[in-house]
Parts: sequence; structure tokens; C-alpha cells
Amino acid sequence: MQKVGIVEVAMTPGTESSLSLMEFTYKPVKEVLDKAGLRRDQVGTYVLASTDIMHSGMSCANAFDWDAAGAFMKPASREEGDGITAFIYGCMRIMSGRHDTALVVGLIKGSENAENDTITSCFADPFYSRPLGIQETTAAAMQMRLYLERYGITEEQCAKVVVKNLGNALFNPYAHIKKRVSVEDVLKSERICDPLKAMECAPKSDGVCAMLLASEEKARKLTNNPVWLKGWGSSMDTFYLGDRDLLDTQLKTAAVGAYKMAGISDPRKEIDVAEICEPYAFQELLWCEELGFCAQGQGGKLIDSGVTQIAGDLPVNPSGGVLATNPYVSRGLYRVAEAALQIRGEAGQHQLDKKVNTALACAGYGFAGQWHGVAILGN
Amino acid sequence: MVEAVKSPEFPVKEYKTGNKDTVLPYNWALGPTWTKFFNGLKEEKILGTRCKKCNRVLVPARTFCPSCYKDMEDEEWVEVAQEGTVETWCLVNYKYYGQPKEPPYIIAQICLDRADCSVTHFIGGFDLSDPDKVREKMKSVSRIKAVWSKEKHADIYDIAYFEPV
Ligand SMILES: [Zn+2]
Repeated sequence: MQKVGIVEVAMTPGTESSLSLMEFTYKPVKEVLDKAGLRRDQVGTYVLASTDIMHSGMSCANAFDWDAAGAFMKPASREEGDGITAFIYGCMRIMSGRHDTALVVGLIKGSENAENDTITSCFADPFYSRPLGIQETTAAAMQMRLYLERYGITEEQCAKVVVKNLGNALFNPYAHIKKRVSVEDVLKSERICDPLKAMECAPKSDGVCAMLLASEEKARKLTNNPVWLKGWGSSMDTFYLGDRDLLDTQLKTAAVGAYKMAGISDPRKEIDVAEICEPYAFQELLWCEELGFCAQGQGGKLIDSGVTQIAGDLPVNPSGGVLATNPYVSRGLYRVAEAALQIRGEAGQHQLDKKVNTALACAGYGFAGQWHGVAILGN
Repeated sequence: MVEAVKSPEFPVKEYKTGNKDTVLPYNWALGPTWTKFFNGLKEEKILGTRCKKCNRVLVPARTFCPSCYKDMEDEEWVEVAQEGTVETWCLVNYKYYGQPKEPPYIIAQICLDRADCSVTHFIGGFDLSDPDKVREKMKSVSRIKAVWSKEKHADIYDIAYFEPV
């Protein structure tokens, strides 16, 4: 397999921006090109990630995205699932040998959108699930109750994820919500969708992430510090919640695929840091189980042990994760960018105090984690 | 049917914004299987289809079995029970634009007798104002049954909700 390297990344903070979506998108793309010393027309191909319903409801990707990303008059395509699939698509364009560089951009301004729950309602079929109020929060709340009941995970253990991630976010200049909170603060926050509490749910954030990818030869010319794609896996589950076991998601399948490709046999030992997609606090615990960081049902004990803390053996979401910053659609690309910065030693104040050789980035969307994608990066 | 709710108000911004609601009319075909399923609800019947390969009864009825990936069209229609057990649930106690009804309400996954998957619907028929009391009540509930709407439109609201037996 041809090696693909991450050459440069740029991100906007998740906080609300007064720029128009077009201006907001332009800045990090320009930043990446300037860092790499490339003009826009020197980039081989562009892959954008945005979704029309979340595109500030404007549904005008053609008007805004291509010009802002400098992607016109180039082979350019757009995907609308999660930004991490734009990343893998960009990698594949390079692996094909057809292009030696690809610029990947995920973009959204959550601050311009209706609430996430209103929008994710539209992901449900219109005859059965949608009229019954199924959206990402209600689906997650039902998944959480199963998780608490089947494995005896406690609400305190779930709340610890919020304490950790919002605390980590204090050191991340790109984070949206950052604060020192206690388990008690989380447990006392509004019980919006029992068992889910308000502080256990991700915000809606603004966020553009731009990433320049290159073939091995080109990457070595463009940077002294390339980060390589080592493995990838993804899997989509069937739609209806009633047809699935909500505690047995396709993340397992996605992870197995990624580990196999990267030659990882003991993820808990071989992965140095993980940036994962936890729009709801308990999901970080469940996803850690499914990623093989601990045994099934042991996600609560994992957070109790401190292993996933920023100074722990296997830090999870040192950036603050999605609970701190939730630019829907770009959020998966943010995970890849954060993982890459950790490997390069360029994460800034939330840089881990250890050598990072191998990092995992995963993303998901859909009700109760219907889809998952897992990327393994290495130095 | 559900009343349209008032558009959400965005917080006042310190910068110039343009405000616009987007309302787009759509017209979706249900297809023969779901037409039959929803017509069944109008007659107070909950219908599923049995896949002859995996032998599962899926509700709502399906045109094809998603796992076996084969037609169910000529297959057996099964009326499942109107009673069952609760697999999981949540208590919606917050407002958002476009939600199906005034909170608080319970959404649940319900395992109906004779079905091999769970179905989504509301649970009601008791006081939902205190989340702690609702938890206590739900712990004591072992069986629930469908409560039918008086006025029916061959849609999912023909079942008003499920209530404890
Ligand atoms: Zn079947």
C-alpha cells in the first residue's frame, strides 16, 4: 500500500464566529496552504465535507464551499457523512497514484443552525421514528439506560467523562466549552432526557478543519514531520433501533478492520492516545470498550482507574473531545487533526507528556452510533 | 396530527445576521408494505412480517428482511400482540423546535409479544412531572399495552401511547 502523510492541519476554534460561512472556511484553508508553501492550484485534488441540512440551512455548498476552499477548477468532490470519510477519501485519491496532494476540508457553523436535536430528527424516517421523537439525544438516552442497567455502570462514572473532557479543553485553544466542573455539577445539571443530563450532551459548535495530505515522496518534501495513515476501518449498522442491540455497535467491526490494517494486536498497549467521538458522555465509556481498551462492561472501571486521563497510560480526548467542541460533520476531521498534532508534538498546552508514536482517531454519526470510522495514525 | 411549533429564537447577536426559516413541502410514498401496516393500525392491529429464512417477525412490517436481504412481499403477515415489555426508555423533559409533543413524555423501545425486534413508541397514562417518581414507576412496570387514539389517520399516532397493564 502507498503511504499517505498528513502534512499540515489548521482548525478554527469551536466558539461562535461572526464571519460568514464562506469567510470562516477560507481562513484555515489559506493557513494550511501557506504553511505548506503551496498555491491552491498546486493541490492535486480537494475533498470537502459538509451537509446541506446543517450547512446553515442554506443548502448552497456550490456557492460557498468551493470558492472558500480554493477548490474550483480542480478535481473536487464533497461528502456528507462525517469529515473523517472525506479524510479517507483524500487518502485513497493519493493511494490511487493519480494525485500527490489532497486538501481535505470539513466545515460547519453550528451557531447558525437550529438545535442539533431538530436537525438530527430529520435523520429519522418520516413515517415511524421521526413522529415519535427519535433523534440523536433520545436515541442516546435509551442507549445509556441499557448501558447502566446491563453492566451496572453508574451515572457518576458517566459524569466523570464530562469532568475530564471539559477540564482537558481548558488547555485547548480550539475548544468551545471549557471549564472545571465536578461530578456533582454534572449530576445536578438539568435532567433533559433522563438518564441524560444537560452537561452530558455535546454543544453545537462552529468549526472548519483543513488538512493537507500527500504521497510519501511529496510529504517528505513538504514537511519534516509527516504523520502517516496506518489503518482504517468503518462500518454502518442497520437503521431501526429495535432491530439492533444498542450496546453492540459497529465500532467493534470498524476497530477490528483498522487494527488489522495497522498490525495492532493489543490496542490498549500499542495505542498512545485516542481522540474519539463522544457527543454523549457515557458513549466515551462504551466506545472505549468496543475499541478494545477494556473488556465489555468495564468502561466505568476504566475511567475510575485514571488510565484515560491526560496524564494516564492511554489518554482519551486530551483535546476535550466532542463534549467540548461539536462541529457536526467536521468533528471527525478534528479528531484526526488532534491525533496528528499529538504525534507531531504540536498539540500545544494539551500535548501529552510522553512520546506519541501511534494515535487513534474515530468518528461516528447516526442514532446510538449507527456508523463508525476508525483511523490509526503513526509517526 | 402534530401542530407546527413556533420558530426558535436565536440569541441576539452582536454582528449583522440574516434570519430566514426554510419551509419545504415534500410528498413521500409509503410503499405497499407500510401502507398495509398503517392501514392495520387504523383497524387497531399491529402488523409485522415474518422472514421465511431467519424466521423473525419484524415490526413495523418490512418489504424485505434487512439481514437476509430477501423479499418478504409474498411472506406471512403476522398480527403481533398489543402487549409487551419495555426494553429501554427515556424521559424527554426539554423543549426543542419540531419535537412531536409537549414535554414531558417517555419514548421507549418496546418488545411486543410474538415480535422478534422492539418497536419505538411513547409510554404514558401516569404522572410524568417528577423524573425520580417516573424512574420508580418504570421499575415497577412489567407489562405495557397499546392505548389507541379515538380518531385514527392510518399513521403511527393511531397508537396514542403504551400504558402499564
Ligand atoms: Zn430474514
